[in-house]
Amino acid sequence: MKAPLKWIKDHVDINVDIKEYIDAMTLSGSKVEGVVDMAEDIEKVVVGKIVEIEPHPNADKLVVCKVDIGSEVLQIVTGAPNVKEGDIIPLALVGAKLPGGKIKAAKLRGVESYGMMCSIDELNLSKDYLPDAPDDGVYVFKEDLPLGMDIRDALDLDKVIEFEITSNRPDCLSVIGLARETSATLKVPFKKREPVVKEEADGDINAIASIEIEDPDLCYRYSSRIVKDVKVGPSPAWMQRRLAAAGMRPINNIVDITNYVMLEYGQPMHAFDFEKLEGSKIIVRRAKEGEEITTLDSQVRRLDSSMLCICDAVKPVCIAGVMGGENSEVTESTRMLLLESATFNSASIRHTSKKIGLRSEASSRYEKGLDTENTVAALNRCAELIEELGAGKVVKGIIDVYPRPYVKKVLKFEPERVNAFLGTDIPAEEMVRILKALEFEVDEEKMTLSPPSFRRDIEHFQDICEEIARFYDYNNIKPTLLSGKEATQGRKTYKQRMEDIIRNTMTGCGLNEVYTFSIVSPKVFDQIDIPEDSPLRRTIVISNPMGEDFSILRTTTIPEMLKSLSVNNNRKIPEARLFELAHVYIPVDGQQLPDERQTLTLGMYGSGIDFFELKGCVEQLLSNMGIEKAEFRPETDNPTFHPGRTARLFVWKNGERKDCGVLGEIHPEVAKKNECPQRTYVAMLDVETLIEASSLEKQHNQLPKFPAVTRDLAIVVDDNVYVADLMAAIQEKGGEFLEYVNLFDVYKGEQVPEGKKSVAFALSFRSNDRTLKDEDVNVAMDRILKNLEKGFDAQLR
Amino acid sequence: MKQKLEEIRSQALAALSEVSDVRELEALKVEYLGKKGKLTQILKGMGKLSPEERPVVGQVANEIRLALEEGIQSVRERLNRELINQKLKSEVIDVTMPGTKKDLGRKHPLTNILDEIKDIFLGMGYEIAEGPEVETDYNNFEALNIPKHHPARDTQDTFYITENVLLRTHTSPVQIRHMKSHKPPIRIICPGRVYRSDAVDATHSPIFHQVEGLVVDKGVTMGDLIGTLQVFAKGIFGENTKIRLRPHHFPFTEPSAEVDVSCWGCNGTGCRICKGEGWVEILGAGMVHPNVLRECGIDPEIYSGFAFGLGIERITMGKYGIDDMRLLFENDMRFLKQF
Repeated sequence: MKAPLKWIKDHVDINVDIKEYIDAMTLSGSKVEGVVDMAEDIEKVVVGKIVEIEPHPNADKLVVCKVDIGSEVLQIVTGAPNVKEGDIIPLALVGAKLPGGKIKAAKLRGVESYGMMCSIDELNLSKDYLPDAPDDGVYVFKEDLPLGMDIRDALDLDKVIEFEITSNRPDCLSVIGLARETSATLKVPFKKREPVVKEEADGDINAIASIEIEDPDLCYRYSSRIVKDVKVGPSPAWMQRRLAAAGMRPINNIVDITNYVMLEYGQPMHAFDFEKLEGSKIIVRRAKEGEEITTLDSQVRRLDSSMLCICDAVKPVCIAGVMGGENSEVTESTRMLLLESATFNSASIRHTSKKIGLRSEASSRYEKGLDTENTVAALNRCAELIEELGAGKVVKGIIDVYPRPYVKKVLKFEPERVNAFLGTDIPAEEMVRILKALEFEVDEEKMTLSPPSFRRDIEHFQDICEEIARFYDYNNIKPTLLSGKEATQGRKTYKQRMEDIIRNTMTGCGLNEVYTFSIVSPKVFDQIDIPEDSPLRRTIVISNPMGEDFSILRTTTIPEMLKSLSVNNNRKIPEARLFELAHVYIPVDGQQLPDERQTLTLGMYGSGIDFFELKGCVEQLLSNMGIEKAEFRPETDNPTFHPGRTARLFVWKNGERKDCGVLGEIHPEVAKKNECPQRTYVAMLDVETLIEASSLEKQHNQLPKFPAVTRDLAIVVDDNVYVADLMAAIQEKGGEFLEYVNLFDVYKGEQVPEGKKSVAFALSFRSNDRTLKDEDVNVAMDRILKNLEKGFDAQLR
Repeated sequence: MKQKLEEIRSQALAALSEVSDVRELEALKVEYLGKKGKLTQILKGMGKLSPEERPVVGQVANEIRLALEEGIQSVRERLNRELINQKLKSEVIDVTMPGTKKDLGRKHPLTNILDEIKDIFLGMGYEIAEGPEVETDYNNFEALNIPKHHPARDTQDTFYITENVLLRTHTSPVQIRHMKSHKPPIRIICPGRVYRSDAVDATHSPIFHQVEGLVVDKGVTMGDLIGTLQVFAKGIFGENTKIRLRPHHFPFTEPSAEVDVSCWGCNGTGCRICKGEGWVEILGAGMVHPNVLRECGIDPEIYSGFAFGLGIERITMGKYGIDDMRLLFENDMRFLKQF
């Protein structure tokens, strides 16, 4: 809400400077977003009268003027095309400040000039503010003004304050509402005044028109007056300027008056050309399905039965609370008006305005819910202004249809409870003062209070607390820290501790954490070659997306990881190691909400990075999460990955083997499509499964007292035998003394037959209670070797 | 005999003083003290001496042997020291050369800030509550005193999945879930990802992160809210930070406030960060609305509570001086490595 300061001052005296005022208003709840001082860069510009115009001796396009500014007559050279003798104009004197810079005395083609006549551009004013300004040339006043008068006064240049008004305070979408808040904030009286209507026209409204509300659930009150002898023309300059300063374009006197009253009272008004209303009648009813109306913006709008409209005996003439119809529009030939001041069901207006895609100054007020008690005052103000401006004569009487009049709310006044709730010590008298300043009625005997009718937001004890607190100043409330309350324990859950372990392990492995978008394009599946029939393509779809590229919730994090890697690759960053801990969203049949699964994604590329570095990170994670048993099996048919360099991870939980995700080298075609390096490594793991298999239990093992015996074992096996299987076979027959087995070499080539490989392990044996003898170890080694021979056709090398 | 011994003594000591390495020292030792050494020879010839002479000569010879052994030992130590010093000298490195770093990764700046916030509240006895991002309209709006057609729905451009399912626009539904499943006293913070239909630019993102706090107990006051927010603000922005509350409106709290902190860039004197205001708005807060408590089965006549919420991106950008939100989701290594 943009409010010109002088307009507010019509209703309340502001006794502090602007800075103090806006700070005080902000702290009492009317947040000031900004102040535009229209006169900010204007100094030493005065009203002058052109008393003589002579041609310029050296230039055809310039003239030499004598300008009277009251105290003296100055010589001014100008190129403005529109000036003539007798014109009253704004003149910037030597030393004047304008938005465009300072004015100096100058010689123009050899003739001295002691100032500059100003156009509206030079004064930084809009054509809305001064609609009579020429498109090109100096502004010429229509009115006679004292010569030498400061232009800031002559043009009513004001400070315009922009308030942020919250949705619960539609009453503050008005100058009067803001004046009331000002009054309570600054502790100065609010100047309440009743409009005075002379009603000079013949006749009585009841004999001229009739009004009927067919749908009282949507229209709460409809108040109306008739105006005769209407003279449509421009509104006076002061009104045009105030409207323009408040952000509304002046149209004509009738429209301007209705807008002026809306800004002043917060009550939208509408004026119908009465002679265009068939049957001299207003019917407020739901639209019939398919009815059409052309609104004032020349758009044809199709209505339906959920929308309320204002109709005459035959047709809709206005979409209630949203916009009027062309068919009853006030034009220059209008002779008689019907003025509407009504209130409607806020949800209905909101719905209609959304449905037809039209939001007006009126609808944005109506949809917040307006005070039914305000319609007549606003209507009278409108009539008063019409009379004052000579725009027409008001007929006697008001038609006021008000099916269910407002009933005052009565709430308890509980000063002690207020203090207990706020943590304050505010005296009851001070509470009464604040509430009365806000026009609450307080009955100190019955200890009750009634909010004013324009405060529909006051319903609960807590609402009253807020009113008191905001004028006491929130910042005067003494800070405390839940002292004396029952103690609570602040600690992370097991899952949250595990997430910390995951992040710490990943960073310890040199990976950097990323955040990526969880809303993606349905194209991401093709981007990583996910098959057409994959369940991953079943997604949660946003019904009102910002565009297709941003329309589904992801079921895989791999595309976004590849995107992050490609950002780095495209910027020629030689290596990247990334991880993300985030959700995927899996639809579940028969459930309203999807399964949101926590997922860990690793991604890396760069020189020296290979599958085993990625796997090492995963193994480190398993170890840090206390996952004892895990298995990596080759995955050859995953189209996103390299068929020979990809593994699926399984973990065991209570003897059950669980799929935990995939890790591997991205398929070169997929890498290329995603602008990633040829060798890009990604893992996507299901964190919930990892956590299920995890443990934070630690058990100390005695340090060994006796020496270990180590043996190497090199065997030759078929190339397609997996090392993990060999190691499992060694473990299986290792016996009680086998401490560990490590792989130390895999060799193919000379001395190893084609299709075979040599695999070498280091084995360590140890007993807890004695030093082992060679025989002990030999027995075990024989057993191991036999098992390898039997199971893998292994030969000792 | 005695004279011969004295000669050996002076010869040997003279030779010892000229020894320059271990090899020479060992040779000297052999020359005098070895099996066939000069002193040994003399001692072997003692048998030929008279019984009177024997102890006298023997004593002298022993003295010389001891002196020599001591001399040799001290020269050996000196030589060893020299040897070590020489070795150390040859091993000098340029310690100003860069160290060999283990290249650790970094947590995302949003995680860092969230961790700081968690620490503050864990220390005050809060639990961390979590909930789904895909939510019901009921949990996200209705239960929070925002019925259908409420104007407040306008300010939160919501992504809908179906009429009754949406992407949560704040983490407040977690508060609803928690209040419905727990009895007071409740002290929680709810961090998480939230969604609003805002186009991506330097200060907006359709996906961002929030953390909200909720306390419900008997006799919780607005003073408790303000005190808690002060602890939070000082914890994040420094001991000298002040807060300022401005009355505001949220459907789910009453009274409601927007909260500013004194600008960390200028301490309140006005700078680029606070656009000259001296204050930066960082969070919204208030006393839990009685309708919300009631909806969650908590009697507002017995219990009261406060809630607050803030955007993690905003705090992160403010604290680290990040001027474009897109950097947080783009994941350039050169950016990530800075935190």
